[in-house]
Amino acid sequence: MRTKWSEYINPAVQQIPPSGIRRFFDLATEMEGVISLGVGEPDFVTPWHIREACIYSLHRGRTTYTSNHGLLELREGIADYLSSQGARYNPRKEILVTVGVSEALDLAFRTLICPGDEVIIPTPCYVSYLPCTELAGGVPVTVATSMEDQFRLTADKLEAAITPKSKVLLLCFPNNPTGAVMDRENLLKIAEVVRKHDLLVISDEVYDRLTYTGQHTCFAALPGMQERTIVLNGFSKAYAMTGWRLGYAAANEEFIAAMTKIHQYTMLCAPITAQVSALEALRHGKAAMEDMVAHYNRRRRLVVQGFKEIGLPCFEPGGAFYAFPYIGNTGLTATEFAENLLLEEKVAVIPGDVFGPGGEDCVRCSYASSVEDLTEALQRMGRFLKRRGLQNSKVVYI
Amino acid sequence: MHEILDLLQNNSRLTAAQIAVLTGRKEQEVKTMIEKLEADKTIIKYFTLINWEKAGVEKVSALIEVKMAPQRDVGFDAVAERIYRFPEVKTVHLMSGAYDLAVLVEEVTMKEVAMFVATKLATIENVLSTATHFVLKTYKQNGFILEDKESNKRLVVTP
Repeated sequence: MRTKWSEYINPAVQQIPPSGIRRFFDLATEMEGVISLGVGEPDFVTPWHIREACIYSLHRGRTTYTSNHGLLELREGIADYLSSQGARYNPRKEILVTVGVSEALDLAFRTLICPGDEVIIPTPCYVSYLPCTELAGGVPVTVATSMEDQFRLTADKLEAAITPKSKVLLLCFPNNPTGAVMDRENLLKIAEVVRKHDLLVISDEVYDRLTYTGQHTCFAALPGMQERTIVLNGFSKAYAMTGWRLGYAAANEEFIAAMTKIHQYTMLCAPITAQVSALEALRHGKAAMEDMVAHYNRRRRLVVQGFKEIGLPCFEPGGAFYAFPYIGNTGLTATEFAENLLLEEKVAVIPGDVFGPGGEDCVRCSYASSVEDLTEALQRMGRFLKRRGLQNSKVVYI
Repeated sequence: MHEILDLLQNNSRLTAAQIAVLTGRKEQEVKTMIEKLEADKTIIKYFTLINWEKAGVEKVSALIEVKMAPQRDVGFDAVAERIYRFPEVKTVHLMSGAYDLAVLVEEVTMKEVAMFVATKLATIENVLSTATHFVLKTYKQNGFILEDKESNKRLVVTP
């Protein structure tokens, strides 16, 4: 045997840096009395009728594998939903149920990317996008969005990132970590560039229901875009079902067939229990979902107003459940800000740089917490800023 | 407006300023709306949901089914009024189905409830019969689970 295990480990895996969130997690977990705004999941538990449907399915002994694609009824429900968004898919051939959007993204990458292909990724972005691109042999090309553009991807920036090796654009709006949304007008400009350069698009729309300003636009519903788009979505955020691990991909028949090859040999199928529950969510979950969205929207207003009052510039997030305030005027880096805030005031936020270029001077604050906790966290953050003589500093970008 | 009512129903201690932030309205606008809702009795009363058992106070509640004969012109209303005027009666609903009024009575002892039914309620003219069901335990009241053992143990930091 060789002296070190690392000699056995695939260099491609070794090269991936450990998650920036991980270190922070260890620090925050050891402390008592922490109010965490660092949680990327709903604070609601899954609505009872969904859990009850799950229990009933177990009573009835529904414990088997399902088709690789997922339960047909569920795919039909998903197709109905996507159709309501303006994109029509054949549930038998164009939808694949996966273990969370994470699996769907990995499958899409592995199905699509050849060594050296470039994947254009607007940042700040979800932490897995870059490593998953690299693990699939692709080259991530980041495009930093900015607060001036409300963290939207602009056609100019996209155009500037395109090279002959560009193959796919990965979109995620509403966005984790910024809370940015892109309306139809914004997306149409992106679609034009996509068409011009013959790109494909992977559109991660897992936060689509959590849109507070205007209406969400499914990228595949734009004229001519369905044929070149892989839509990814899931149940985690809308129905507070993170732990169930259920997502899906909707795309062209040939592409879904190719993704299914990897899925059938690596995952076989998504867990039937989660699939049955997701079907219940689609059929009867609208009221509970809308209620949760109303709660998030109130909290969104609370934190945006709160940041304004304590003097943290923050653009108004239109979706997801994150605010991404600017901390550049504190004289601290995002990591220093987050660490000091945690140590001094026991409030956990995530330094924006872990989400890639463009996030260096911001911190991600999840408002998927109770109004009481958010109010307390804002007070503590205000104290933190006051100690540095920064409270009520000039508010920009509002 | 409904959103303000929802918020107040859930937490009547919210101030107009807090409601204004949560709903994206101006504070003065919220104040005016609440005053109007109070004036026209859309908002009837602010009260607190208390788990009396935890406070060490013994209370006995009973749900009493009342069957009665309706009266010309006023239907059940006149008898209902004679019943709901008693302070020990906390809630009265006119029901469809096997009986007419559902009367929730709260007293300190079981005997007091029994006495109330026997001497006050059952003797009212046009009350045909009563059936008394004592409450053994309250699990949920006004939409709130009294002893919610469910917890949401999220990790402190997740992507």
